[in-house]
Amino acid sequence: MSKTKKALCRAFIYLMLVIIYLPILVLVIYSFTTSKSIGVWNGFTLSLYAQVFSDAEMMSAVGNSLLVALVSSLLATLIGTLAAVGIFYTRAKWYKTLLNLTSQVTMVNADIVTGVSFMMLFLVFGLIPKGYLTLIIAHTMITVPYVIMNVMPRLSQLNPNLYEAGLDLGASPVRTFVTVLLPQLIPAMISGFALAFTLSLDDFVVTKFVNGDVATISTYLYNKIAKKGVMPELRALSSLIFVAILAVLAGINIFSHKRNAKEKK
Amino acid sequence: MNNDTKPPEVLRQKFDKIIEVKNVTKIFDDVTVVDDVNLSVRRGEFITLLGPSGCGKTTLLRMIAGFETPTNGRIFLEGQDVTDLPPHKRNINTVFQKYALFPHLNVFKNVAFGLKLKNIPDGYKTDKNGGFKLDKNGEKIPLTRKFTKGEIEEKVARALKLVGLDAYGHRDVTSLSGGQQQRVAIARALVCEPKVLLLDEPLGALDLKMRKDMQIELMDMHSRLGITFVYVTHDQEEALTMSNNVVVIKDGVIQQYGSPKKIYDEPSNAFVASFIGESNIISATMKSDFNVNFCGVDFKCLDKGFAKNESVDLVVRPEDIIIKKAGGKGALSGVVTQCIFKGTYYEMNVLANGYEFTVQNTAEHKTGSEVTLDVEPDGIHIMKKQRTVNEYVTEVDGENTVALFGGSFEFVNNLGFAKGDKVVARIAFDKVELTDDESDGTVGGNIAQTLYKGSYYQVQVYTDDDDDIFVDTADEWDTDDRVGIVVAPEAISVERFVEETESDSAEGEEDNG
Repeated sequence: MSKTKKALCRAFIYLMLVIIYLPILVLVIYSFTTSKSIGVWNGFTLSLYAQVFSDAEMMSAVGNSLLVALVSSLLATLIGTLAAVGIFYTRAKWYKTLLNLTSQVTMVNADIVTGVSFMMLFLVFGLIPKGYLTLIIAHTMITVPYVIMNVMPRLSQLNPNLYEAGLDLGASPVRTFVTVLLPQLIPAMISGFALAFTLSLDDFVVTKFVNGDVATISTYLYNKIAKKGVMPELRALSSLIFVAILAVLAGINIFSHKRNAKEKK
Repeated sequence: MNNDTKPPEVLRQKFDKIIEVKNVTKIFDDVTVVDDVNLSVRRGEFITLLGPSGCGKTTLLRMIAGFETPTNGRIFLEGQDVTDLPPHKRNINTVFQKYALFPHLNVFKNVAFGLKLKNIPDGYKTDKNGGFKLDKNGEKIPLTRKFTKGEIEEKVARALKLVGLDAYGHRDVTSLSGGQQQRVAIARALVCEPKVLLLDEPLGALDLKMRKDMQIELMDMHSRLGITFVYVTHDQEEALTMSNNVVVIKDGVIQQYGSPKKIYDEPSNAFVASFIGESNIISATMKSDFNVNFCGVDFKCLDKGFAKNESVDLVVRPEDIIIKKAGGKGALSGVVTQCIFKGTYYEMNVLANGYEFTVQNTAEHKTGSEVTLDVEPDGIHIMKKQRTVNEYVTEVDGENTVALFGGSFEFVNNLGFAKGDKVVARIAFDKVELTDDESDGTVGGNIAQTLYKGSYYQVQVYTDDDDDIFVDTADEWDTDDRVGIVVAPEAISVERFVEETESDSAEGEEDNG
């Protein structure tokens, strides 16, 4: 009885995984064949991948995306960590709640609203030409809450007297922050950074409003599809992005797993 | 900065009080946690702040460390006002309850943390000719330096040896047991050679056996190093065992200050008596000097100076009651209602003349057996009653009502008071009624403490208006329970208030010479 139950449970899990991953699996499989439409297999080849890497326009979009993602997520990690520490050590309860809430709003806010408001903002401050700078500012702002969300739980896990212990032993508040608190937060900061990086990499809605003439992967794909429909080489590009993000995710998991094992030891 | 111009020798003598806390009050969100506390700590002393949780002892310690700033009052370290000095500039170190070791550093680096930051004096500035350079006041300019690597290694090694962890320098702190972690925390604080070591319930997280060992080690360290220890605990046994002096705190107010023996033998009030060890607290009457009456029997005692027939509180420790089989001579006869074996002695409850006594003795008297009880004069300790009647200065707020505890209570107005008249209202302890349901009372309140007084419970209730009421009741009430307060109109005696210059009796700290 319980054996069949177990088997059913397992079958259900596999079914769910198939439903989730089937579209991507199909995409990846057909990225190794050159046929115009999916469903037609005309032989295994890497030529779509070769096309991706030889397409200068596409490569520059990939480069832009990586650059913007890297810079903005580094900034977001810095700002988000400082913000989390600031919010966490706020004494007045109502103020802490208020700060917590306001720091999360952009996370749940509709992207379209965020995008339009950034566009308006940059219009008002017309001095800033739309491009790398506006992209980095916007991406930093939309990913900061995710860093805060990652760092905050780590702070509440810490021994409440840790910061005071640093002060007690003669370190100034800044020194205590750098030599005592920061080392405890690094794992949370790394996962916050990784999350910010992937979010920035695949953002489309906000990007579309602030990118000016800088093409990122998402805006490039959008323009291409609008003009020419789904070209075969997009299958290869999408597969590559999927694998890259999968690698980042796996990296975080292995890292935190190792760390947990070490702490348990 | 403090510009004291007295020569250093004079200052040193004065400084024998290493810490002085003057009129310090701390208020968190309208709650007074520490209430106008005065305290001096002598150099080299082991002093313990003792009290139930939430009594303000930890807050007081944190103000001395510099983690909290007093709402009012000043704190002095060696005569210098340090009230506004941040913690990293005070020559005080703290051992925290949950160790607060730095998890990313190994044992050696944890202990060396404070040493690496320390600036130590290193002679004076010299000019090119090798003479001393002078500042504009003609004083030599002192130089400081950091400890060298070798010095740090030596000091850390010595500190680790002191706490018995010589070989543990390279170990990860997360791999250590609780007791070992606490030793590292102690070494980390002591290695900085502080003037004062603060310990905030440092043994609270350890098991009993480990706690006993660490108590002895801490006492040993204290006597060897000569550093002043300020120790916070809620464990009365720990306080009595370890310290030169104990400060008993309740509700942010110092109840008694004195040596462990004095606190145990001569508690200043019923709270201290019940908090420190087991005790029988009974209402009694002083017949005359050296003569007290309780349970309807006269006893000889060693206390004098009370008014004739003054109502007092009396403490008898369970081990000071002499219990014998019925038939012999004894002041009180009673029946054993309960007998529990406690390892080295028996603890028995004895009902005599309507009062219940707790008695400890190595001889067993079985439940139901008839016994006689007696107490030697030195086993009796008499305490002045904190209060004999609930008394409040207030005003009449209606035709037949008086404002009390933030509510309005009806009274029998046969003296014809008018609204707005300033009056004194008195309510006897046994005339206050407590109700389980807060809404059944005229006003609500919290039970602050319950004391068993042999035949009834004396309960202290705090109203939301911050007044306190003493209530004598037959029921036991749980601390922190919400209750309603009811007083019958005829139980409130109201008198016109007459202004008098009241000399505030010294509260809190009691100087023991």
